[in-house]
Formats: sequence, C-alpha cells, structure tokens
Amino acid sequence: MRHTISLLVENEFGVLSRIAGLFSGRGFNIESLCVAESLDPTVSTMTIVTTGNDAILEQILKQLNKLINVIKVVDFKEIDYVSREMVLVKVNAEEKTRPEILRMVEIFRGKIIDVSSRSYTIMITGDEDKLKAFISLIKPLGIKELVRTGPIAMARGERMMKIKEKTETKGGESNG
Amino acid sequence: MKRTGAQIFVESLKAEGIDTIFCYPGGATLNITDALTDISQINQVVVRHEQAAVHAADGYARASGRVGVALVTSGPGATNTVTGIATAYMDSIPLVVFSCQVNTMLIGNDAFQEADIVGITRPCTKHSYLVRDVKDLARIIKEAFHIAASGRPGPVLVDIPKDVSSAVGDFKYPEKAVIRSYQPTYVGHTGQIKKAMRLIMHSKRPVLYTGGGVILSNASQELTRFAEALSIPVTNTLMGLGGIPGNHPLFLGMLGMHGTYAANMAITESDLIIAMGARFDDRATGKTDEFAPHARIIHIDIDPTSISKNIKVDIPIVGDTRNVLTQMLKIVEEEKEVYRQYHRSIADWTDKIGKWKKDYPLTYQRNDTLKPQHVIERVFELTKGKAIITTEVGQNQMWAAQFFKFLKPRTCLTSGGLGTMGYGFPAAIGAQVAFPKSLVVDIAGDGSIQMNIQELATAVQYNLPVKVIILNNGFLGMVRQWQELFYEKRYTWTRLHSPDFVKVAEAYGAVGLRIEKEADVDRVLKQAFKNGRPTFIDVHVSPEECVYPMVPAGASLKEMLLV
Repeated sequence: MRHTISLLVENEFGVLSRIAGLFSGRGFNIESLCVAESLDPTVSTMTIVTTGNDAILEQILKQLNKLINVIKVVDFKEIDYVSREMVLVKVNAEEKTRPEILRMVEIFRGKIIDVSSRSYTIMITGDEDKLKAFISLIKPLGIKELVRTGPIAMARGERMMKIKEKTETKGGESNG
Repeated sequence: MKRTGAQIFVESLKAEGIDTIFCYPGGATLNITDALTDISQINQVVVRHEQAAVHAADGYARASGRVGVALVTSGPGATNTVTGIATAYMDSIPLVVFSCQVNTMLIGNDAFQEADIVGITRPCTKHSYLVRDVKDLARIIKEAFHIAASGRPGPVLVDIPKDVSSAVGDFKYPEKAVIRSYQPTYVGHTGQIKKAMRLIMHSKRPVLYTGGGVILSNASQELTRFAEALSIPVTNTLMGLGGIPGNHPLFLGMLGMHGTYAANMAITESDLIIAMGARFDDRATGKTDEFAPHARIIHIDIDPTSISKNIKVDIPIVGDTRNVLTQMLKIVEEEKEVYRQYHRSIADWTDKIGKWKKDYPLTYQRNDTLKPQHVIERVFELTKGKAIITTEVGQNQMWAAQFFKFLKPRTCLTSGGLGTMGYGFPAAIGAQVAFPKSLVVDIAGDGSIQMNIQELATAVQYNLPVKVIILNNGFLGMVRQWQELFYEKRYTWTRLHSPDFVKVAEAYGAVGLRIEKEADVDRVLKQAFKNGRPTFIDVHVSPEECVYPMVPAGASLKEMLLV
C-alpha cells in the first residue's frame, strides 16, 4: 500500500539525515522525499511517499512523531488531498518529430523550457497518472534524460498543517 | 555576564544540579577540564576507558533516578562511548554524554582525532546536538537534560567543539527548556482507562506484565498496591525486576526465555494481559504468533511507538505508568464495592497459578560441585536482599535475575536490551558513586569481566568498594549452553583462558578472594561484604551448568526446557 505523508520539521541541519536514518534503520521504504523551507523560515515541509501495510504505516507515523525535530506528521490516508509532481524530460527533437512533441506538450499543458538543435527539454506537472501517461507517450520518440521531483501534497479545502501541538498520541491508535 | 564556553558548561551543570560526572580527558576536553579545576560541587570520576564512563553514568542513573553524565574527548574518545550510549538507549536510561570535538573550522576535514560522533550515534540516541556557537551552549545543555529525563528517557549526546569551549559569550541558564516539537504525554486518557478497568473486571485469568517503565517512572508502590487490590498475579521482564518485591506472594518471577514455569504458563493461559512499561521484546514473548493466544491486551506505555509494535494491542493507554496506575487505583477506590469481590471471581485462576509455582519452582540439581545458582542464593540471603546488584551478560545475568529476589526497584542494574558484556562492573562503580554507603555487587562471568576489567584502577583510585563476584566456569557460558543444546556440543570459540583474577585484583591494589567449594561460600562472601574495599571474588563454579527453564529461540513460551 502506498501512502503520502507530510511533515513539518525544524529547519535545522541534520534533520533530513535523522528522518532518512529512521527509514533505513527500521527497514521502511521511501519511494520519494521532497523537502524545502515553508512559509515560516524556521520550519521545513517534507512530503514522503512510502509503502507498507497498516501496521508498518502506524509505526512509521509514530516513529516520525517521536523524532525531536519533527513538529507535525500528517498521513493523507484518510484526508482528501491534492498532490502534484514535476518532471523534466529531455527528448530527441528531430525535424519530423517536433510537431508531434509540441502537440503532446500542449495536450498535457506542459512547457518547453530549453531547446537545442537536437533536443527539447519539457516540463510537465501533474499527478502521477498524468506524468506516467505523458512519459509513455513520449518514450517512442526517444527520451535522453528524465528527472522527477517526487510528489508534494496538500490537504484540500480549509484544512491546514498548523504548528500547534505535537500530538504524540495522535491518530486515536494510542489514546482512543 | 561574559564567560568562556567551558565556564558556561560548568555553570550549566551546576545550575542543573549535577553532582557527578564520569570522564576521560583528551586534547579537545582541555578547556572544559581546566574549567573544572577545583570545582568541588561536581564529583569528577576519571575512568580508564570511555565505554566505562558511559556505563558508570548509566549505573549512576539507574540506581539514583537522576540523569547520568559522561564527558569524553573527540575522535576515539567519542567512538568509545557508542556501546555505552546504545546500551542506555535500548533500556531507556537518562544520560547526557558530552563529547568534545575538534575546532569547528576543522570539522569535516578529517582532522586529528575527528569523528562525526553526532552522525555515528544518531540511531542510538534520543537526540543529539553539535554546538556550533557558544551563544547556544547553555540552551542546548538545558534542552539535553530535559529531553534525556522526560517522556521515555534516553541518552542525549552533546558535541562541543574546542573553539566553542574557548569562545566567550553571555551566560544565562534558561529556566526551562521550550521545545515546540516535543511534548510527551504523561496523563492517560480517562476514557481508555475506564475501558481498561471494565475489561479487567470481566476477565477471569488476568496477568500484570510489567517492565522497565515501572522502574523508570517510580511506580513500584502503585503497581504493588494495584496488584494487591485486585489480587492479580504479576510477572516482570528482566528490566522490570524490583517493580514488585521478589518475595511477594503475587509475584510469578520473570517471564520469557529464561522465565519461570508459572510466569510463562500464566501468560499462555491468560485471558487478559495488562502490560505496563514493557515493550513485548522477543526475549519476553517467544514466538509472537503464540504469545498469550487467549488474551486481550491492555498496554500502558509512555512511548506510543512501543504500542502495537510487536503484538497487536486491544486497549492502548499512552502515559506515564505511575500516573496511569494512580488513575486506575482511584477508580478501584471509588468503586470499592465493585472491586472488592473481584479476587473471588478469579480464585480458580490464582489457585492454578499457585499450583504451578509449587510444582515447578526455579531449581537446579544439587551435587558435589559448586553451583552458580547457589552462590546467587547465598548473596541474596547474606545481604537480606539489601544490595544493589549489577550484572554482566549471559548466564550470570540470568541466574542473578532468577535467584536474587529483588525486593526494591533500582536494585537490578542490567543491560537488558542491548545485552552488553562489560556493563556490570562500570555500572557498579557508577551506582557506588551514587550510593557510597550501599553494598554494590556485580554478578559477573569470567568472560564479561574481562571486557572492562581495567576499571579496577578506577574503583581503587576512588576507593569504591564494589564487589565483583566472578562466576568462573572457564566458558562463555551462555553461548556454550546453546552449543550444548543446539550445536551438538561443539564448543568452538567458547572455552576461555582467564588470568588469575585474585592476582589481577591484587596487582591493581584491590582485594582478591577465591571460592572453590560450597563450604567456603558464606565465609568468603561475608568477608568480602564487610571489608570496605573493592573486591574480586573468583568463584570456581561447575563448568557446564545450564540456565533453566529455557524457551528455545523462536519457540512459544509454553515450550520450556526444564531442569
């Protein structure tokens, strides 16, 4: 089972290695991890995509919460959320394939952000299915290089990641 | 007020009320070492190996309940602390370990005696800090002590570069640590507690299974009162020994791999396990699929990660065990009428357990050889249980756990989680520093004692009269036992040559005594216990004795090998 987890962490050196170390030390899986400063410069937001059954996910959430530098942990399992990822693709751009590439970029609402005599570099954002679809369509034209950011996520509507309390007992699992 | 980092360090320790540090100097400690000159409020115990400094701080912490402090130099000084830190981490012991570091400018340069100790210890500390600016030092020290002692306790490492200890800054010790991302839960959820009490009321075969959390939260009186109020039998983990007096009628003994028959059978047949401050470690549960197959489980622990980690729990309660027990006792008190009859409704169960205890007590075969179990029994009788016992790891540890009836909390100091050989002797030194007048006894083996035997020098230098009882069987006994039972007696690597421990003790200026036959046990032990000096007692015990009962690794608790 795949899960998207969002964290607020102290924006200090060493925090990322604590989180990465937690995952590797306990044998948890990281599919992707995105981190950058949040609106509050003392806090970073981190989005982690991980896999595991419910028991493993429960441990992941609890263990993350236990880290001193972690301010808040949100599992999007039962929350309506939006998630987007960006991919940069460098494709072969020959005379005869260029119109086809341009068409596809337009359909997927992407952008060509760099051009050379033999290649285009395309930027596409979207959810995982959209990126997958784009990649599979463009593949036959010859992908030279591909870089993905991994998804970032946010709850829909009024719900927000606020720094209030670190709820070690969060999720009802612990304190009913 | 302007002070150097080293002075800030000393003032912070004083403000924190620290009376003892276990330390070892080096180039990087010099500023701090110098600032501690003539500081008589802080007892400075210089060990002979940094691992021992941490174990001593750990023994000090376990015996006293206060935070233990160690201070070491950079590089190898710091890396030598790793085993000690990991030991404390596994057993949730509050420590602050200060490692000194090369100058900040040199960090990352592979400088002389540089090691990334924050990185190395990250997985085995509760938290760690590298102090990069003298202005942060006092705050970090405050936070370190707060984190170490609060919530589920644990070791915290603070790495102080040499230029930070020499830099000048303002000093004001913060009154309290404010960490927005760290707020442990102390009080149990009332609704959950009520649910738990209802479940208890409806159970017919309840067992209290309690661990180190009861000791750490000083909840042993509450635990004993609770067990007595409802007549619920109690089993302890190794870490939980002393949580209820070892001679209490409701006490079943330790459970698990070398637990008693009664404890393991009670768990297996129970319909309700009330776990407190215990974490369902594999040595306690045996095969998890067959652990307590008929039981529902209530789990009280301050650390949510311990709950439903190994065994799925029915009613989790996050909180300090002492608080939760107090809340539960209040319910028992308020609804006296309801609970007064409870013991009658479980009388069949308590009778059954009584029969197990009677029919299968802890025992061993007596013959004309000197049995290690007998030695422990005599230590218990001669001290009337009034001793702080530390252990090494292996057979010595299990026999101590089985045959010394720990009457009080904080008297069983043992490396339960990590299983660190070499722990017991320095831990005994730490406990003796905390309680100079108490009798402190390390139950050791001929293998384990050689892992930190150099601390004889520390014990002699500071006149710490710890007694080390070496159950000398010429083997690494526990590994040998496994070889005997599961590897057709191929004793590869486990036959041990040892020095003459009496002469070793004497060479260090300590007392060395020897026991070779049962008739000498009482006389020599008595002599050792009252001589007021650090003493090694080399006891030549029966070489191929095994620890029983034993649940083979991976088997369920009811599959015990008995004597």
